[in-house]
Amino acid sequence: MAAVAPTNQRLKTSLRYLLLVLVGAVFIFPIIFMVVSSLKPDGQLLRDTASIRAFLPVGDISLDNYFAAFKRAPVGLFVFNSLLVTGITVIGSLFLCSMAAFAFAFLEFKGKEIVLSLIIATLIIPFETIAVPMLMVVNSLPSIGPDGLTWGWLNSYQVQIVPFLADALTIFLFVQYFRDLPKELIEAARLDGARWFQVYSLVIVPISGPVFATAAILKFLAMYNQYLWPLMVTQSEQFRPVMVGLQYFFQLNTAWGEVMAYLSLITLPVLAFYLFLQRAFIASIASTGIKG
Amino acid sequence: MAGLSLSNLKKTYGKVEVIKDVDLEIGHGEFVVFVGPSGCGKSTLLRMIAGLEDITGGELRIGDKIVNQVQPRDRGVAMVFQSYALYPHMTVYDNVGFGLRLNKTPKDVRDRKIREAAQILQMEHLLDRKPAQLSGGQRQRVAIGRAIVRQPEVFLFDEPLSNLDAALRMDMRMEISKLHQELGATMIYVTHDQVEAMTLADKIVVLNAGVVQQVGSPLELYNRPANLFVAGFIGSPKMNMVEVSVETAGANAIDISGPAIGRLSLATEASGIVLGDKMTLGIRPHDFQQVPEGPFKGTVTLVEHLGNETMVSLKLANGEAMIAALDGDTTCAIGETVSLDFNRDKVHLFDSGGQRRG
Repeated sequence: MAAVAPTNQRLKTSLRYLLLVLVGAVFIFPIIFMVVSSLKPDGQLLRDTASIRAFLPVGDISLDNYFAAFKRAPVGLFVFNSLLVTGITVIGSLFLCSMAAFAFAFLEFKGKEIVLSLIIATLIIPFETIAVPMLMVVNSLPSIGPDGLTWGWLNSYQVQIVPFLADALTIFLFVQYFRDLPKELIEAARLDGARWFQVYSLVIVPISGPVFATAAILKFLAMYNQYLWPLMVTQSEQFRPVMVGLQYFFQLNTAWGEVMAYLSLITLPVLAFYLFLQRAFIASIASTGIKG
Repeated sequence: MAGLSLSNLKKTYGKVEVIKDVDLEIGHGEFVVFVGPSGCGKSTLLRMIAGLEDITGGELRIGDKIVNQVQPRDRGVAMVFQSYALYPHMTVYDNVGFGLRLNKTPKDVRDRKIREAAQILQMEHLLDRKPAQLSGGQRQRVAIGRAIVRQPEVFLFDEPLSNLDAALRMDMRMEISKLHQELGATMIYVTHDQVEAMTLADKIVVLNAGVVQQVGSPLELYNRPANLFVAGFIGSPKMNMVEVSVETAGANAIDISGPAIGRLSLATEASGIVLGDKMTLGIRPHDFQQVPEGPFKGTVTLVEHLGNETMVSLKLANGEAMIAALDGDTTCAIGETVSLDFNRDKVHLFDSGGQRRG
């Protein structure tokens, strides 16, 4: 009997790994297809979709689609716009939402629970329903630029950033995490002489790596994938982000190889950001100083 | 250093009153222990002093300043928490120096103070470690170190030893006592462990249901408990309580009787006791002696040999249970009938309202 148990265990482990590999494959294959297709001319690309060759870098492989993509659209500008808008929004939203959540989690004020409930309730409102009213609001906001005071935020970076600096999901994530932190840490800091902002910045933020990483990833994806709002508010190419840029490849004749090359290029920042934060996420899981 | 004055201090949560009109004076450099059962309000009272709980009513003074509305950081208090509450992302050095960093103490002064505190608490070798790399006892030292460096007027300890094992708890108890002597600071210490209370305190405050039951030195509380609650709470094992009625009441003596003891005569100077009064007679387990024929006779239900003494639990004829601490070499077996007498000078008498009468 003693010899049976390890064999069973090995079998179980093997099956578990097999299942994980299959699930992993389901997620990785579209990406492999995209990257491999971006290296093939259109004719071969379409022919290969009928076989396993669709996932293999075989046949007439080159970087031509990438060069063509750069010719067809200002890819660099779109990526820059997206990274700028997404970067500022992620940083701003982490700061604002975590501060709001800090107040909801640790400060006492009248109506706190009602305000929090109202914020969370906004989660159920689809963006499409408020897009038009929001468009009207941003179109009547003042802005100071090189031309002095002007009205309307259309065709700008701020119109893509400011409306998304605070959102219910990020606040909710932070509130949930902060509420689970030991209250004594905050009390100890207050007795040590910390003001509320110091409690937030010197004690809470450094031990909240996991939630900052999670919120950053979610916000990054949401912002980077924005399509409807930038399409509505940016008529000028100068401010357009990557997703709106995609339509350049569907005008006239659709070049699928170029589409795949463009998609591969714009996926890179997302992957890099995710991998970077994944490391931060793991590094920040440290045990607390509270006796468990 | 400063004393504290609490007058009519109140705390309510909604309609629930958890601290009821507490009046208390704490002198400079005194070691005061708040003791009481779970939920009695002792930690709440400490947190009110720290400024972590709002004060609903009354007045709190630290030194000669009313601090009801003063922020915790400006009260001149430092607190050691039961859970240690060390900042997990900081080293021991940074944990201890956090308060000094916040009040912008120059770096060299900060460094000197941190190292002095580390020396007092014998933790110089731990300064570069993070809390996760420390044992429970070491973490507690760091928490105390963090309090020491700020040189507060008042130290507050909220059940600081509860998470330690028995041996470490005794060591840390001695260290806290030594620290109090060295620093001469005012210290307020919350515990539900009466041994900690008895060994550490200059003054004990016994609380129950948000009300101060008695304030006094450990021996005062042990020898002259003000009421049945204090009598039952202070002393281990618990004081034995016997229901009696007054048979005759004289100027200097009374006769009492009860189903457990028959009839007895006690010398007492208490006035106002009248014939027929229902009273409670309290006898500490350590005031019993085994005798051939005494007022208490019962069957042994449990014998615990502790070496220096033997705890004998008895069931009396009327079914009441009683415990006696007898000599260490006492030999009696479960089921055996033993007879006990007690030291008449050390009995405690409480009236039907539970207040001490003699």
